[in-house]
Amino acid sequence: MKKRSTLAYPCVVWILIFILVPMFLIAYYAFTNEGSFTFENISSAVQNEIYQKVLLRSVVIAFEATVICLLLGYPIAYMLSNMKKSTASLLYVLFIVPMWMNFLLRTYAWQVILGSNGILNTIFEAIGIGAQDMLYTEGAVLLGTVYNFLPFMILPIYTVLIKLDKSHVEAARDLGANGFMTFFKVTLPLSMPGVISGITMVFIPAITTFAISRLLGGGKFMLFGELIENQFLSARDWSTGSALSFILLILVLISMAIMRHIDKDTSEDEKGGGKLW
Amino acid sequence: MKKLAFLFAILIAFSALFTGCDDSETLYVLNWGDYIDEELIGEFEEETGISVKYITMANNEEMLVKLQANDCRFDLCFPSDYIIEKLIEDDLLAEINKDNIPNMKNIDERFLDLSFDPENKYSVPYMWGTVGILYNTTMVKEPVTSWDILWDEKYADQILMYDSVRDSMGVALLKLGYSLNTRNEAEIEEAANALIEQAPLVHAYLGDSIKESMINGEGALAVVYSGDAMWCMDEEEGNPDLAFANLPTSNLWFDNIVIPKTSKNKDKAEKFIDFLCRADVAKRNTEYIGYSTPNKAALELLDDSYLEDPTYNPPAELIANYEIFSDLGEFVSVYNKHWERVKAN
Repeated sequence: MKKRSTLAYPCVVWILIFILVPMFLIAYYAFTNEGSFTFENISSAVQNEIYQKVLLRSVVIAFEATVICLLLGYPIAYMLSNMKKSTASLLYVLFIVPMWMNFLLRTYAWQVILGSNGILNTIFEAIGIGAQDMLYTEGAVLLGTVYNFLPFMILPIYTVLIKLDKSHVEAARDLGANGFMTFFKVTLPLSMPGVISGITMVFIPAITTFAISRLLGGGKFMLFGELIENQFLSARDWSTGSALSFILLILVLISMAIMRHIDKDTSEDEKGGGKLW
Repeated sequence: MKKLAFLFAILIAFSALFTGCDDSETLYVLNWGDYIDEELIGEFEEETGISVKYITMANNEEMLVKLQANDCRFDLCFPSDYIIEKLIEDDLLAEINKDNIPNMKNIDERFLDLSFDPENKYSVPYMWGTVGILYNTTMVKEPVTSWDILWDEKYADQILMYDSVRDSMGVALLKLGYSLNTRNEAEIEEAANALIEQAPLVHAYLGDSIKESMINGEGALAVVYSGDAMWCMDEEEGNPDLAFANLPTSNLWFDNIVIPKTSKNKDKAEKFIDFLCRADVAKRNTEYIGYSTPNKAALELLDDSYLEDPTYNPPAELIANYEIFSDLGEFVSVYNKHWERVKAN
């Protein structure tokens, strides 16, 4: 027992330096003005129409990206889980490999692909569709977000699906359910923990990202993360920056609480479902 | 108690990890990316035996935050004019001992003793330039003579702007005929409204990648620093269709070399400054970067084509009308508030 707690020290220190101290600093700057306690920073940030607009845009893009990731990711995970083990592991690795490369580089690559004289447009012109305006559009931002976060949707769902007790599916088929019904009545509900976890792992980074919108949106679709960065760098206004970070933090906590709640409900209902962890 | 001591020991061990830049034998240089001929660094190391660690930053504001935080020691930095003003005001710069920089005599007097650093107590000129419009002659057939062309609907979705408050608000202020350093909020609001009106025509607000986009022919018109224009029009690596226009009013800027107060290697830093001011070094450096050098001894060594090029060497009577940015202090938040309106639009 004693030894274990000693080994935990680096972890405690890590949490202290990299999580608690920064959090404290954010809270400090968010709630003080020249040393005295105030709600002014938060309330003026909440009431600012520009910030509301940017926040709404971030939420909408993150939501759209999550829905698309789910619609793409679930079928992929489902197919993977039904494949021969060796093929599945190979494909699984193929999904992971791009994640070994830095995410900024991957996003830069999309600039080359989508640019007006880029690879895609060269192909479009060759087959007679004509050049399209793709880079620096909202669609490009959405594409970049989906591309970068899709693996985070696939992996938890896949993990749950391969652990799923196949006898449930067999029982459903024996009792006369067709494939369609089996999927919606048995497999899908049992895989909910993976889905919930995937949604959380996509939605939260998507709402806080700013590099993707900068690289693929050409600075025209400012997201909340960019707004925060701006406060610290060009505006030199740490109080507003911290207040905005704090608001984002609260939003993330709320969405995590909601996910957790749903997760708890489903796992209590569905005994025997695949557990993620 | 023992536990506490242990925790403390780990804390210290941990913090040691983050003070890796405290090696007094090495010179830590914080500069923009691609803003020095890196071969020169090697030569300096060979000549003097001082090793140099070159660290890059993306913009002036990032550098300011780094220096203000004092978290890591830098021996040399290359900030722009208005940031130098701010750094002097915040007492973050060390006075430069000019006895250690004999090559300072090579610097053209018109780049010394400027408003942001009177008498050059804290900074030595490194590069300078203007802001103008880089355009693609296959798409823009008319002469570019005014900032108004950036509001011309003919060029919808082909205009590239800087993703930076001072530069972009500056363009709008110049178009409206106001000062780049105005502190009149009505003028700033008008400038922001002009940018909002322009926004549908803008292809993108970019940073350094403006260069690449223009070389790839993705935009017809772009606001660029003159030095970047040189780079884009380079015969080998650039695009021959590009041309640069100096406008009647614009921003004149300087990037100078400074020594932060936290430097423990001031003598070595001054040696490096002296090296950079040497005529042959400054010549190779300006040829590599493409930015204009304030070093008149280097200019004499340069090919005449540089001196005749209005992008590299704009006529003195033209730049006499240009304005230098000054630090806005707290007032920067007003600019920012209106710039946010543009960006969130």
